[in-house]
Amino acid sequence: MKIHEYQGKQILREYDVAVPRGVACFSVDDAVSAAQDLGGEVWVVKAQIHAGGRGKGGGVKVAKSIDEVKSYADEILGMTLITHQTGPQGQVVKRLLVEEGADIKDELYIGLVVDRSSQKVVFMASSEGGTEIEKVAEETPEKIHKELIDPEAGLTNEQARSLAADIGIPVSAIEEAAELFKKLYQAFWDKDASLAEINPLIVTNDDRIIALDAKINFDDNALYRHPELLEMRDLDEEDPDEIEAAKFGLSYISLDGNIGCLVNGAGLAMATMDIIKLYGAEPANFLDVGGGATTEQVTEAFKIMLKSDKLKAILVNIFGGIMRCDVVAEGLVNAAREVNLKVPLVVRLEGTNVEKGREIIEQSGIEIITATNMADAAEKVSAVAGN
Amino acid sequence: MSILINKDSRVITQGITGKTGQFHTHHSIDYANGKTCYVAGVTPGKGGMEVEGVPVFNTVTEAREATDANVSVIYVPPPFAAAAIGEAVDAGIEVVICITEGIPVKDMIMTRARMRDSATILVGPNCPGVITPEEIKIGIMPGYIHKKGRIGVVSRSGTLTYEVVDQLSKLGLGQSTCVGIGGDPVNGLKHLDVMKLFNDDPDTDAVVMCGEIGGTDEEECAEWIADNMSKPVAAFIAGVTAPPGKRMGHAGAIISGGKGTASEKIAALEEAGVSVTRNPAEIGELMRSRL
Repeated sequence: MKIHEYQGKQILREYDVAVPRGVACFSVDDAVSAAQDLGGEVWVVKAQIHAGGRGKGGGVKVAKSIDEVKSYADEILGMTLITHQTGPQGQVVKRLLVEEGADIKDELYIGLVVDRSSQKVVFMASSEGGTEIEKVAEETPEKIHKELIDPEAGLTNEQARSLAADIGIPVSAIEEAAELFKKLYQAFWDKDASLAEINPLIVTNDDRIIALDAKINFDDNALYRHPELLEMRDLDEEDPDEIEAAKFGLSYISLDGNIGCLVNGAGLAMATMDIIKLYGAEPANFLDVGGGATTEQVTEAFKIMLKSDKLKAILVNIFGGIMRCDVVAEGLVNAAREVNLKVPLVVRLEGTNVEKGREIIEQSGIEIITATNMADAAEKVSAVAGN
Repeated sequence: MSILINKDSRVITQGITGKTGQFHTHHSIDYANGKTCYVAGVTPGKGGMEVEGVPVFNTVTEAREATDANVSVIYVPPPFAAAAIGEAVDAGIEVVICITEGIPVKDMIMTRARMRDSATILVGPNCPGVITPEEIKIGIMPGYIHKKGRIGVVSRSGTLTYEVVDQLSKLGLGQSTCVGIGGDPVNGLKHLDVMKLFNDDPDTDAVVMCGEIGGTDEEECAEWIADNMSKPVAAFIAGVTAPPGKRMGHAGAIISGGKGTASEKIAALEEAGVSVTRNPAEIGELMRSRL
């Protein structure tokens, strides 16, 4: 799960990590009174969307008067922000963060992720803050310093100090930075985060260390023990189809193509997308129906796919193991009747009771194109879609 | 011979009184030597019961002491599954196979740290399990599609593994052991570990490997294969069409920071001398062509 920057900073404040003073705003009036309350002469008006690259997309502005705060807030609220992470359709801005201006001497980067090879959390730090860290990692990997964290010991003083020194934090501020690193790690660990990035972490002209941004993602599997995080979920930032699908136990992701696919199992679902492409067509979605594939689930899956007017055909690929093919076939037939399918449906069934399953489909009277294996299925679906 | 499990394995089901645990224990007991292999179940507070004809104990240690079990399979719900792995490790179980999907990553980081000095082998979590065809089935895979033989299978996914096994069996290529290592980012055996076991197994002639996007396990395995593998390997990597930044079902199947793409994995494997197909319908054929 992702949260907004202002929510991330709220968590950082709880852990005593220094962040600028700021207020979350939902209207232009909110923004103006927030700036007045904060006082000072410079404010930053920041679009709050889950995607990164907001600055480049025009979603972050520095205002030097209350009038400017007002006009920037007016400009950003409601705009469709397009960044390298939003995709071409962009994301509508519904929330703002108005913050006091910062006195920046140097911009750094710190981040935490789970390192799969070592099976530990890794703390990354770089002197190259304020830019795309992926670029730094690719072009100048020596500028990214890493420390693997022992889960029993946590981030040690020694590790934290050495990271601070590695990225050029002034000697007088190393202790303060090391403390901040440790607090950030503690927040990451306590809250079951999967990613935490501060980009930039700044050194001010009087050598204070402040987290100017906060991007925190959480492990979905651990949300059951964090009701406080679930309250921060913003459904406006998520694909409504994905939310709807999840209610029915479907793992769904929409893609750009025109062949809908419904598969059991994530690996087989990806393999099905791949083979569709191999036979000259493009998948419209990833959809893992999981271990069940009930009539209700298949009906819902069809409904979600049919929402797209680009959809030209649907491919169902089920390998029935514990889930029997005859049960799946009945579900498919019922669902096809219920939603009144208007696009061709290609079905490939394999596994337990497959003969019975095929029989049910043939006798249903519904126009279903059956396929004997994955390649046959992909070829047929690509052909009926006009590729 | 085979790897990890065989007809002499003595198995405990952890979580045997739950619906899933009972269901799959039932089907596993029905398969080949299951009746003699499955010796105990564990559910805290349910000791003294009998489920599917096997005695239930309160703890893994009690179950092990009473039955001399050496393997455990876990169907415990996610909030308690990491602790169940820990209990099996502490009881000195040799091979622990965790089927449970949805365990928090933090719990697995702690569990793996505790296992650092342990001899226990962990398979999974979030995996279909392990099967040595016509000997023993430990997990949720459909037993009847498997056929005894000399091809090793290692995979991160469930139904995709069934697809591959089905292709192999229909071509007359039986399997020595099929290992589902699971789709989580922090887990037990990785492709590389299983590949080493197959390389050392005199009854395995060749290996099919199914990977997917996310992480660098396949690349690390490829590096080892290049210098050490003495048997032919055929591979398929799922997710060539998967977009970056989107989690494709499995917690571990995500391309992040430009890393973990299918094309990188395919390139690394091909460079290591592995035959890789882009067509998941031809994995079996590809393996046959390498024999």
